Amino acid sequence: MGRQIPLVEYLVLGEEPHLEANECSSCGARYFDRRNACASCGGTGFHKAPIDSEGVLRAFTIVSMAAPGIPVPFVASVIDCGGTSVRANVINTTPDPEHVKLGMKVRLATYVVGADDDGTEAVGFGFEPLEEPDGA
Amino acid sequence: MARDDVWILGIHMTKFGKHPNLDTVDLAAEAALAALADGGVSMKDMGVLAAGNLMGAANGIGQQLQKQIGQTGIPVYNVANACATGATALRTAVMAIKAGECELGLAVGVEKLAGAGLLGGGGRPKSDRNVYEPHGRYGSVATIDGRVGTETMPGVFAQVGMEYGHKHGGATFELFARISEKNHSHSTLNPLAAYSKKMTLDQIMGDVMIAYPNTRPMCSANCDGAAAAVVVSGEKLKTLDPTQRRRAVKVSASVLTTDPWEEACQVLPDVNTLTRQAASQAYEQSGVSPEDLDLVELHDCFATAELVHYDNLGLCAEGEAVPFFESGATWRDGRTPVNVSGGLESKGHPIAATGIANIWEVCHHLREEAGDRQIEGATVGLAHVIGLGSACGVHVLERAAA
Ligand SMILES: [Zn+2]
Repeated sequence: MGRQIPLVEYLVLGEEPHLEANECSSCGARYFDRRNACASCGGTGFHKAPIDSEGVLRAFTIVSMAAPGIPVPFVASVIDCGGTSVRANVINTTPDPEHVKLGMKVRLATYVVGADDDGTEAVGFGFEPLEEPDGA
Repeated sequence: MARDDVWILGIHMTKFGKHPNLDTVDLAAEAALAALADGGVSMKDMGVLAAGNLMGAANGIGQQLQKQIGQTGIPVYNVANACATGATALRTAVMAIKAGECELGLAVGVEKLAGAGLLGGGGRPKSDRNVYEPHGRYGSVATIDGRVGTETMPGVFAQVGMEYGHKHGGATFELFARISEKNHSHSTLNPLAAYSKKMTLDQIMGDVMIAYPNTRPMCSANCDGAAAAVVVSGEKLKTLDPTQRRRAVKVSASVLTTDPWEEACQVLPDVNTLTRQAASQAYEQSGVSPEDLDLVELHDCFATAELVHYDNLGLCAEGEAVPFFESGATWRDGRTPVNVSGGLESKGHPIAATGIANIWEVCHHLREEAGDRQIEGATVGLAHVIGLGSACGVHVLERAAA
């Protein structure tokens, strides 16, 4: 198998892939990107904090119009992972309002986004439904 | 010396829609000259000019405009604040007057957007050889918009509405479509709207889906347009002639806020908290309460956004936006008519013009100059805009004797 690299730095690959935030050491605010200081309290100390890999779907939309190269429709969402909000697509489901429901339980899943000219694979993530919808 | 009361002396908006033969400066000049004429003043009277044009933010629309309508040496502020650009321009002129720096000022917002695609979401530069290299603040190796949720406007605002529905219930696809039905129906009375066609619920729900639950007619209409306002201090207004004084509209509150830190605002822009804070500051500044409002022009960039702003602006009790809409309150014959202009969904959304155009609509009702869509006896109204990033402008306007 070729080398793999995460799509974003806050996705930690390995045995149990999970997300990892930069947590403010003063107030506990969590950020997925690099920060110069905490937007909540101004603190400049951060440490890594693992994010729950299961969560609840709090908001979603099914996007039918997107930039070239992005397959549509896809489900964009906000997931509450134990009190930390995560932006991610809902994957491994049919992208329609019958299969995607607010409040549904989801879990982190990874997939290969593509490979570069050296054969390195980029691994992305999404959240998949934990249970099949009623009647399915 | 700092002053408190500021009035709108003259105001104008161009027809919204396609203006293939007019450039940005033509549209800005049309709005500015007409606003000056409406106020019975000229460029020579202005002590400050604040101008906004988001797509050409680096081009100095203020100075370009001066070259066409009067280079009088006054300070020019070119402002850019996403979809709140027009409101920010107006607020800049208001602040200059409140600070006592001048007596009269002009604010202009203009945009040419007809034919532009959906806004938001950026790509990455491509090189010849494709080798993954972590890039930017997320250390991403490829485009994340569309792979890690969405950053496009329709998608963001769709989630904002869905989140409200998750929290409070009742916010179905059909309900959002009925909000759009209301605004398209209102627009039939507005000759300056980009679209003034009534649409049935079936037509709206059956149209092209952009980002569920927003179909195309539930999204703001990109178009060309400009709006401008002349503002004056209360002291100066007292020296003007009775017609000017009679038509002047009091700016009872002028507020601009940004998104304060909230846990979730890092992953989904929070359009709620900053709007709630802007509204409460505006009600406190003006002494007006939501029940006093005779009409509201709010930022329905998407039908999903209109619903949450009923709640954010305090037009209903917290969590009650769905029953509030279902009661008919926001139709033009309801208790608190919302977007009688047709709103951004049908009147149109030339970004930097929108903030002033919303105020134009309210002013015309307060002056009893709104023609067929006049809300009878209107004396107080509120105009709201929001720009992602995020910025929120709220103005409370009142008909009052100067
Ligand atoms: Zn902090």
